[in-house]
Amino acid sequence: MFDILQSIVPTALFYSAPLIFTALGGVFSERSGVINIGLEGLMVMGAFVGIVFNLTFADVLGAWTPWVSIVVATIVGAIFSIIHAVASISFRSDQTISGVAINMLALGIGVYLTKIWYGKGQTDMVQQPFYTTDIPLLSEIPIIGPIFFQGVYVTSYLAIIVAFIAWYVLYKTAFGLRLRAVGEHPMAADTNGINVYKMRYIGVILSGALGGLGGSVFALTIVSNFSHSTIVGQGFMALAAVIFGKWHPLGAMGAALFFGLAQSLSVVGAGVPLLADVPQVYLLIAPYVLTILALAGFIGRAEAPKASGIPYIKGNR
Amino acid sequence: MANNKRLITILIPIISVLLGLIAGAIIMLASGYNPIAGYTALWNGAFGDSYTIGETIRRTTPYILTGLSIAFAFRTGLFNIGAEGQVIVGWLAAIWVGLAVDAPMIIHLPLAILASIAAGALWAFVPGILKAKLGVHEVIVTIMMNYIALFSANEIIRKVLTDGGTTTESIPATASLASPWLQSITFYSRMHYGILIALFAAVIMWFIIERTTLGYELKAVGYNQHASKYAGMNVSKNIVLTMVIAGAFAGLAGAMEGLGTYGTISVMSGNINIGFDGIAVALLGANNPLGVVFAAFLFGALKEGAGEMPTGAGVPTELVDIIIALIIFFVASSYIIRWALLRFKKGEK
Repeated sequence: MFDILQSIVPTALFYSAPLIFTALGGVFSERSGVINIGLEGLMVMGAFVGIVFNLTFADVLGAWTPWVSIVVATIVGAIFSIIHAVASISFRSDQTISGVAINMLALGIGVYLTKIWYGKGQTDMVQQPFYTTDIPLLSEIPIIGPIFFQGVYVTSYLAIIVAFIAWYVLYKTAFGLRLRAVGEHPMAADTNGINVYKMRYIGVILSGALGGLGGSVFALTIVSNFSHSTIVGQGFMALAAVIFGKWHPLGAMGAALFFGLAQSLSVVGAGVPLLADVPQVYLLIAPYVLTILALAGFIGRAEAPKASGIPYIKGNR
Repeated sequence: MANNKRLITILIPIISVLLGLIAGAIIMLASGYNPIAGYTALWNGAFGDSYTIGETIRRTTPYILTGLSIAFAFRTGLFNIGAEGQVIVGWLAAIWVGLAVDAPMIIHLPLAILASIAAGALWAFVPGILKAKLGVHEVIVTIMMNYIALFSANEIIRKVLTDGGTTTESIPATASLASPWLQSITFYSRMHYGILIALFAAVIMWFIIERTTLGYELKAVGYNQHASKYAGMNVSKNIVLTMVIAGAFAGLAGAMEGLGTYGTISVMSGNINIGFDGIAVALLGANNPLGVVFAAFLFGALKEGAGEMPTGAGVPTELVDIIIALIIFFVASSYIIRWALLRFKKGEK
């Protein structure tokens, strides 16, 4: 049992981290009233930037490379998401369509530039990915230490910390209150002097930053290179986590951890006695089936922010 | 004024495509390619000889159907982002029937096609009923259904249709849409009879929307649910029906790939994108059947022509994906184009 936990928990944490980051981004965007189907594309952009930066600067930055890479990916993700913000907030385009376009655009740009810069459809493997470590002190604790804190990625814990920060920001600060107000009832918020457009831009740009971060963490911990098949569906799974977590940062984190567990079980499950007989496909589709059930109200009611998906037009009733 | 509006509706897609192509040219220039050489290669790749024309039409065929699927749902105010999954299950069902049934062509082929329609319809029924009865947003449910379709289809291909393999055997000729005649006049491209089915489907959509009570009700629900309900229409029935019909179109697109182009189905590593591209097709075609056919042809030509760009001009094929994404942005942001057009008009006076 102990061995099983020691193989499952770190793998689950490692698969969850990118989902947590991206799902938190989704929470910010949707809470401000902008649906973000483009999470997948934002992750693609993050993965692309993270890998390319890492390959280019590995010689200069040495062991710091992966950290600087994810910071750069975060910034580029934020900038890239401005396209979605301009289209869906200022130009009042359909948010779902704009998100779909973001997905196509990110993959197109990523693979196009990869082919130009590297002369082939995929980049080389990065020399400076994230490595597993033992967390000092905590890994010394008996039982809990080896399961949770030995041979893990620091990024997994960073993701969990960011989730708590996101919760604090959304629920304990004036900024968070304004962001949520804009997503629930933009006209009332506007009447109270909140700049609806500004808050929505911030929401979308935060989702771009966190999506970029999630994508780069995924690329630098799990795949180590970039190609058209680096990110396949993780963004949509993060979107599922947003909904399954009921648009709450900690809920989204919990959902992402759970989906990460399902993914990790489909990888290491063969070595676990009870799970060896469960066909992999059930674990693969579990996140999506559960999300539909959650939406249908079979697992608690998941209700979207009220103004989510509706462009705000000043002066319209 | 009405005339003016109509003109703008036609102008917006055209302007968007032009802007997209101009942006593509700028990207080519910025990355050190010759845009004229690039677009020449694109043109040759799509219409250079009878073979490429055949392949362009082959590629257009499923786009027409997924475009219709999404356009049909849009008319009732629903967003069928799940065409992707419906294509997969349609494809799977068609191949399954193609392999499992042994019958003369007159029974076998229609049966395989019907199977794809039924599978697509069933896959879309789930989000339809959830929307109608529980008010669950169809966008999210259809996205989730895409991945359920993807992983389930892969599992069935591995475990049921093959013995742990990644590609099924080819379907027998009795279930195939392949046409030796169409192939021979297009220098052995993979063009097949499916294009006729796709065009017929466009006529069916036009007929349902414009000439039947059902179509009238569907449009009414799309414009205003509450008013339709007040007028005595069964809103939830119409929602479910719309999704089912939309799913049927998308499922049929799967049959085009399965029975027409490939004759097999393989394990998929990720999205096959026929469904997502259908969103672009529907949007550019202004959700109108004829518009969808034109838009599908444009995207079919762009995608097919892209294949020639690396050899003809050294430009990566993904340039076309960027152009298509930009075209979607431009059409979706039509508010700003419309504003600019009206502004321009005012300036004239």
